[in-house]
Amino acid sequence: MRLDTVDKQLIDHYQRNLPVCERPYLEMARSLGISEDEVISRLSSLQEQQVLSRVGPVFEHSRAGASLLAAVAADPTEMDAVAARINEAPGVNHNYAREHPFNLWFVMTAPDEHTLNERLDELEQRLKLPILRLPMVEGYHIDLGFDIDWDALS
Amino acid sequence: MNTPAPQPNLQTGNFLFNTEAFSAWGLLRLRQHLEEGLPLTPRPYLELAQRTGLTEQQVLGAVEHWQQQGLIKRNGLIVKHRTLGYTANAMVVWDVPDENVSQLGKTLAAVPFVTLCYQRPRRLPDWPYNLFCMIHGVNRERVLGQLEQMIETHDLGDIRHAVLFSNKAYLQRGGRYVSNR
Repeated sequence: MRLDTVDKQLIDHYQRNLPVCERPYLEMARSLGISEDEVISRLSSLQEQQVLSRVGPVFEHSRAGASLLAAVAADPTEMDAVAARINEAPGVNHNYAREHPFNLWFVMTAPDEHTLNERLDELEQRLKLPILRLPMVEGYHIDLGFDIDWDALS
Repeated sequence: MNTPAPQPNLQTGNFLFNTEAFSAWGLLRLRQHLEEGLPLTPRPYLELAQRTGLTEQQVLGAVEHWQQQGLIKRNGLIVKHRTLGYTANAMVVWDVPDENVSQLGKTLAAVPFVTLCYQRPRRLPDWPYNLFCMIHGVNRERVLGQLEQMIETHDLGDIRHAVLFSNKAYLQRGGRYVSNR
C-alpha cells in the first residue's frame, strides 16, 4: 500500500486527539495546511482502501461492556467453515487463524457478562467444540494506536 | 437477534441527567453510532445529533465527557495495520509464576514494539499461559528478532513461552458493545 506524504501525516497526527468540535475536519485541515474537503476525501479514500477501519472513538473495554478472548481447536481441514460460523455469532469482532493447536482466536463482546456467557454457550453447542474462555485479568498496555514505522514498511 | 434490548448505561449517562433532560435512549444510540465511526461530512457531530435526537452541543458534550471519564480511551483514525503491511502479527504467551506476572506485565508493556500486553487466566491442562504480548511486525524474521531481543534484555530465558503467528484474519472490526449489529 503506497500512501503519499499527506496521508501519512494524517495518520501520524490523528491516531489520537481527533478534535472534538463542530468542524473537526476543518481544524485538521488547518493544521496540515490543506482544505477541509481534501481531509474528508482523503479519509474517505483511506477507508475505502481499507487502510482505516473507521474514524472515531475507541471505547475502553472494561467499562464499555463485557468482552473476552476465546479460542477453539478446529480440525485444520475445516477451519474456514468453523471461522464462518464463529463470525455469524453475535458480538464477535475479531477472528484470526493462528499457528497453534488452538487455531482460531476471536474476541466476543456483549452488553454484560451474562449475555456474553450465553452467547458463548450457544456458539459452543453450534460448533460442537469446547471454547477456551480467557477474560482479561489485568491490562498493562492496550492501545493499538502505535506510531507507524513507515521506513520499515517501505 | 433474541437478546433483549440493552439498557442505557446510567453510569455513563448520569452526568447529563443532572443538568438537562437528556434522552437516555439518545445517548445509547449515540454510542452505537460512535462505535461505527464518525460520518465523513463537514459537521459529523450534527449528523449524529440528527440520527439520535440530541442536539449537536449535547453530542459534543457527551463525547468530551466520555473522553475525560476514560470510557473513550482514544479518538482518532483507526488503522488497519495489515493493509499497511504489518502482516506479521505474533501473540506471544508466557507461563509466568503468579507472583511475578503483574510486574513482568508492566515491564513488557513498556517495550516499544509490544502493542498489547495483558494477563489472562490459565485453563489447565489445555492452556498453561497467563501473560499475553502482541507484536505487530512487518515480517516474521523481524518479529522473531524482536522477541529474541526482549528475552535477552529482560532475562526471560527460563519462562516457558509460545509464539502464535496469525496467518489469516477472518474478521477485524471495532468492538460493538451496545450494538447487536
